[in-house]
Amino acid sequence: MSPDRREFLSWGAAVAAAAVLGPGIRLIELAQARSPREAASVLQRWGLLIDITKCADCDACVTACHEENGVTGHGRPATDAQWIRKVNLSDKRTGVAQTLPLMCQHCEHPPCVDVCPTGASFKRDDGIVLVDRHTCIGCRYCVLACPYGARSFIHEAVSGQKADVPRGKGTVESCTLCVHRVDRGETPACVEACARDGGKAMVFGDLNDAAGELHRRLKTEPSAQIRADLALDTGVRYQGL
Amino acid sequence: MKRSAAGIVAAVMLAAAGFADAGDPRAGRVPMPAVRIEADGACVAPTGEMRRDHMKMLLHQRDRTVREGLREPRFSLKHCIECHASRKTGSVLGQDGFCSSCHTYASVSIDCFECHTPLRQTRIAGATR
Repeated sequence: MSPDRREFLSWGAAVAAAAVLGPGIRLIELAQARSPREAASVLQRWGLLIDITKCADCDACVTACHEENGVTGHGRPATDAQWIRKVNLSDKRTGVAQTLPLMCQHCEHPPCVDVCPTGASFKRDDGIVLVDRHTCIGCRYCVLACPYGARSFIHEAVSGQKADVPRGKGTVESCTLCVHRVDRGETPACVEACARDGGKAMVFGDLNDAAGELHRRLKTEPSAQIRADLALDTGVRYQGL
Repeated sequence: MKRSAAGIVAAVMLAAAGFADAGDPRAGRVPMPAVRIEADGACVAPTGEMRRDHMKMLLHQRDRTVREGLREPRFSLKHCIECHASRKTGSVLGQDGFCSSCHTYASVSIDCFECHTPLRQTRIAGATR
C-alpha cells in the first residue's frame, strides 16, 4: 500500500469516527486540559458547588474518592484516613434531617497553610490546597488548625498505592480535589460518581470562569460557605444548608 | 639478598591478587549489582549522566510537579518506573530490581517507595506481571 493511500484511509477513518460520535461529544475536550508543560495558573480557582437538597442518602462520593485515591483503612475508624465523609444534620426541634458530603474546602486563606512549620501544607496557584509529603514532618498542627476536620494523619505503613496518588506513613493528607485528574482536564472522582450513581448534587468548575456553570450558578442562585464567619473564602460552596 | 626476598614476596602477593581478581572482578564482600536495563538506549540522558545525576533530576521534577502542577513525563518517577520495572515482577524493587539492586550495593537507603508505588502501571505483552 502506498503511503498516500494509507494516509487517505486513516483520514477517512477519523472523519467516520467523528461523525459517529455526534454533535456535542468530543474525544478531546477543547481548551480544558492544561498542557503538562504549563504550570497551574492564578487565573483559575477550582471549586465545587454542592446542592444538598439533591444529596441522596448514599455514599457514592465517599466510595469513589477512596477508590480513586487508594485510601484504604484498617477497620479502625478512629485513626483511618478519611478524605471525604457524609455528615448528617438534624434539627433538634423539628427533626428535619439533611445530609452532605464534607471534605477539604480548599480555602483562599487556609489555616492549615498558616500553621505549617515546614511549608509542606500549601495552596497551589489554582486554589487547590495540598500537602507536599516530601517536606511534611507529621507534626499534625494542620489537623488541629483545620476547622472542617478535613485532614488525616497516616499512622500505619501503606502499601498498594495508586501511581498518581502517593501515600505514606507519618504524613498528613486530605482531599486533593483529585488534582491528578484536574491536571488531565477531568473532574474529581466524587463529582463523577455523584452524577452517575448519586443525586447529581455536585458541580465542579473554575470559580473565576464567567462562562462556566459553577460561576453562573453562584452568581444567580443563593449559596453558602460552611463557617463563613471565619472568612476563609472556601472553594467548596453549598446550597440548601 | 633481603631485597630480593622482599621482591619475591611482593610478586607472589600481586600474583595472588591477580588470580583472585580474575575469578571475581570485584572479589569484595559485596557482589556487584545486577543492573538490567530493559529498554537500552531509550533513557532521557546518557547512562553516565543518569548514574551521577538521576537523584537531582527526580528532586527537581518532584517540586515542579507537586508545587506548580507541571506533569512533564520526561523526568517523572512514574516514567522511570514504566521503563525500568522488571519484566518479571513489574517492580523496580526486589532482589534484582532496577532501583534496589544498585542502592543496596551502594548502601543508600531511599524512601521514595514508602509512598510511591514501585510497580509499572501498564502491562507488557509476555510479562508475568
